[in-house]
Amino acid sequence: MNHTYSYFPGCSLSGSAMEYDLSTRAVMERLGITLTEINDWNCCGATAVEAVSSLLGSALGARNLALAERMDPSSDILVPCSACYLNLKKVEMERREDPELAKNLDTILGEENLAINNPPGVRHLLDILVNDITPDTLLENTTRPLTGLKIAPYYGCQCLRPYAVFDDPEAPTSMEGLIKACGAEVIGWEMAARCCGASNMSTKPETAKKLVQKILMDARGADAIVTVCPMCQLNLEGFQKGISRDAGTDLAISVLYLPQLMGLALGLDPSEVKLDKNLALTPALKEKLISILSLKVNCV
Amino acid sequence: MDEMIKLKEMLNPCIQCGTCTASCPNEVDMDLVPRKLWRMVLMDRNEAIFDSQTFTLCSSCYLCTLRCPRGLPLTAAMAKLKAIAAKSDLAKYRKSTRFYKSFMESVRRHGRVREGEFMALYFLSMKNPLLPLSFVSLGMQMMRKNKVAFELPAKPGTGNLDRLFKKVAEIEEGL
Ligand code: SF4
Ligand code: SF4
Repeated sequence: MNHTYSYFPGCSLSGSAMEYDLSTRAVMERLGITLTEINDWNCCGATAVEAVSSLLGSALGARNLALAERMDPSSDILVPCSACYLNLKKVEMERREDPELAKNLDTILGEENLAINNPPGVRHLLDILVNDITPDTLLENTTRPLTGLKIAPYYGCQCLRPYAVFDDPEAPTSMEGLIKACGAEVIGWEMAARCCGASNMSTKPETAKKLVQKILMDARGADAIVTVCPMCQLNLEGFQKGISRDAGTDLAISVLYLPQLMGLALGLDPSEVKLDKNLALTPALKEKLISILSLKVNCV
Repeated sequence: MDEMIKLKEMLNPCIQCGTCTASCPNEVDMDLVPRKLWRMVLMDRNEAIFDSQTFTLCSSCYLCTLRCPRGLPLTAAMAKLKAIAAKSDLAKYRKSTRFYKSFMESVRRHGRVREGEFMALYFLSMKNPLLPLSFVSLGMQMMRKNKVAFELPAKPGTGNLDRLFKKVAEIEEGL
C-alpha cells in the first residue's frame, strides 16, 4: 500500500478514546500507510457547537480544512471520530452550496491568514478502510484469523447520516467484509444503525440510557460490539452496570474499536491495540481471545 | 424573534406527515412530538415551543432529516431551537445550555476540549454540588485507566481561538 492521509484525530482520541487513536495508527503502520497529523488542528465543536451557533461550527471545521490544505492539498483527510467527520464534511458540502457562508468563512479564516481554495476531501476512517484499503488487502495481511469470534457491527449515526457517502444510511453493511477478513463472524441484528443517545447522556441521562439499553439487549449473543465512533463506544461501555440493574439482566459486553479488532488479526499484540484501555472488557472475551490468539494468560 | 421567522420559512414545506415523529428514537420522552413541534413553529406558538423539552431531547441522529419527504433539515432545526434557548439563557434549559456553553468555552480557550476542564467548567456554571455525582462513576473509570484527569480551568494558552470566536460573533451581530 502506498497511501498518505492527513490525519485529524479530534479531542476524544486524545483523551477518553486514546485506544482508538493508537490502534488506528498501529494498523495503518502495519498496512504501510502514512498518516500525517494536521498541524495545529482544533476541536470540531462536536454536537455542542450547533446548539450554540451554527456559524461557529462551520468556522471551526473550516479552520481545519484550511490547515489540511496548507499542509498537503493532495491527500484526503482521514477522520476516525464520526462527530468530527460530520462537522468537517458539513463545511466541505455547505461552503460549496452557500456562497454567503463561503464568504463569511473567508473573512474569519483571513484573521489568521488562512484560506480555503480547493480543500482536500473529508473521509471517515471506515470509508478509507473499505474503499481504499479494501477487505481483500486486509485478508491478505491477516496472520491471526479471529476464528469463532462473534461480532455485532455498530455504526451509529453520524458516519452514515445525513450524508450517504459510502454506505446505506439505514441498513449499512460496510463493516461486514472487514470483520470477515479478520476471520471473525458477523451476527445479524437490528440496532446497527440506531442512535445510542450519546449526546444526551450528560443532559438527559434517563432518555439516553433507554437507547443504550435497547442496543445492549439486542447485542446479546455476540462476543463483542465493534464500533467506529468514540462517543458511541464510551456511551455503550461506560454505563453497563446501572443499565443492567435497570433491565434486571446482565448486559455486560465488550465494546471494541474496529481497528483494535483488525490489529489483532494483523498480528499485533493486545497491548499494541490498547485493549487494556477499554472500560468494559469482559472476562469471557478475554478468555476467548487468549485461546484464539494462543496467548499466555495475563496478556490481555 | 428574527430567528424564529427564519425557522418558520425553513419549515414551511412541512406536510405534517409524521415521518419525523415515527423516526425519532427519543419521541417517547418528548412532550410535543416532532411533527407537532414543527406545527407550533408554523403557527407562531413560541410559548408552547419554549414551554416544551422536545428540542433538548434531540440526540442528532439525523434519521428525521434523512427521511423527511420534503427534504427538510430537521436536525438543524432542532439545533436552532437549542441555540435560541442558549442565547436567551432561559432558566428551563440551563442544564443543557450551560453544558454546551462550557464545552465551547473550553474550545475557545485551548482550541481543543480538555475533557476534565470542560466538566469542571460545567459544574461551576451550574453551581450545583450534587450534579457532578452523576458523572463520578464514569469519571472514576476513566481516571483509573489514565484517560482523563479532572483539571481546574486553566488560563488560555497556546491554541487559543479568541480571534475566531470574536469574528464569528461580529458576523452574527451583522457588524
Ligand atoms: S417528516 Fe417532514 S414533512 Fe413530514 S411531518 Fe416531519 S417535517 Fe413535516
Ligand atoms: S435528529 Fe433528533 S429529532 Fe430527528 S429523529 Fe433524531 S433525535 Fe429525533
